[in-house]
Amino acid sequence: MGTVEYIQHHLANNAVGEGFWTFHLDTIFVSVALAMLIVFVAARLGKRLEAGVPSGFQNGVEGVLDFVGGQVRDTFPGKNALIAPLALTIFLWVWLMNFMDLIPVDLIPLLAQMVTGNPDLHLKIVPTTDLNTSMAMALSVFGLILFYNIKVKGLWGFTKMFLFHPFGKFFIPFNVVMTLIEEVSKPLSLGLRLFGNMFAGELVFLLIALIGGTLAVGVGALFWAPLQALLDLGWLIFHVLVITLQSFIFMVLTIVYLGMAHTEMDDH
Amino acid sequence: MSINATLLIQIVAFVLLIWFVNKVLWGPISKLMEERQKRIADGLSAAEKGKRELEMAEKRAKEVLKDAKEQAQNIIGQAEKRANEIVDDAKTKAQEEAERVRAGAQAELAQEVAAAREQLRTEVASLAAAGAGQILAREIDAKAHQDILDRLVKQI
Repeated sequence: MGTVEYIQHHLANNAVGEGFWTFHLDTIFVSVALAMLIVFVAARLGKRLEAGVPSGFQNGVEGVLDFVGGQVRDTFPGKNALIAPLALTIFLWVWLMNFMDLIPVDLIPLLAQMVTGNPDLHLKIVPTTDLNTSMAMALSVFGLILFYNIKVKGLWGFTKMFLFHPFGKFFIPFNVVMTLIEEVSKPLSLGLRLFGNMFAGELVFLLIALIGGTLAVGVGALFWAPLQALLDLGWLIFHVLVITLQSFIFMVLTIVYLGMAHTEMDDH
Repeated sequence: MSINATLLIQIVAFVLLIWFVNKVLWGPISKLMEERQKRIADGLSAAEKGKRELEMAEKRAKEVLKDAKEQAQNIIGQAEKRANEIVDDAKTKAQEEAERVRAGAQAELAQEVAAAREQLRTEVASLAAAGAGQILAREIDAKAHQDILDRLVKQI
């Protein structure tokens, strides 16, 4: 298998359907499985919660919850019972989906190919490297931004935001364009940032995997295999930070955007 | 890797997951944490209150003790004073009594001395008179020399 084919094979989803009605089975399966993992673990933990001194795992979960709650309290003005669970969901789910990136790139696809007996099976196990996942979350958040903008500011207030922001009433057409760009850039930046980071990270993992896979033939393997291991380890450690940072950024920006939606505009 | 219907499914999954996370994770645990926080705060304030009460009680106990000591001191002082008074009183009275007894004895003595002297004088006078009368019975007229005799009696 050539280098190009290897990469293309790894970056293609296991898809069924035609045109728009294509479903990426691997993305859906992995993301839903991770979502169910969250729910399952949470439900199990919920059965044996200790009100007094929390033990081990509960303590860790409480730490994460406290961290997310603190972020919400610090950045979000006013009260909205939805924000904290939303932020927590984003943080946990995105982190878990990103974490799939740290599993060796060939391991799961290889196992799946052996189990199914199909050597050409496509399996992309990092759901956040699928634009559909990151944009799904970004658009959901965008929907909430629009909803709360209208709910808090009123329809007229929302319109005024487009007309008189940021440059006052003498620049109305210009303002509309500016605000439109500002608003549309929110879901785009959210979704594309996550997608881009994870996609690029996955690509680097693939390239590192290629060092040993294609270049190492014969005696050269003595040099290339340790190099691959070293680079893989380095990128792995770096990537642990990246996946955490990306889920954190997604969460914080969601809180910030929704906080902006909850803030009354000052009149110009 | 283009946008397709997977997006819709992911949106549904996302929304459902938010609901579930709120239901089984955020809801119960944040409630639990709030309750615990409240309990800890209550416990701390109760401890603080207890400490304050203990301090107050100690202070009060000290005051009571101080009062009691003062009172005891007062009582002792008064008792000493009273005892001194009683002793002084007794001394004075005894002195007075002794004085009185002595004065009485002296007066009696003086009276008796005076009485004895009077008697003696009278007797000496009469004796002298009798003697003189007998000696001078013939030469001296008792009547004529009565004034001399009287003067004599007085001189004795």
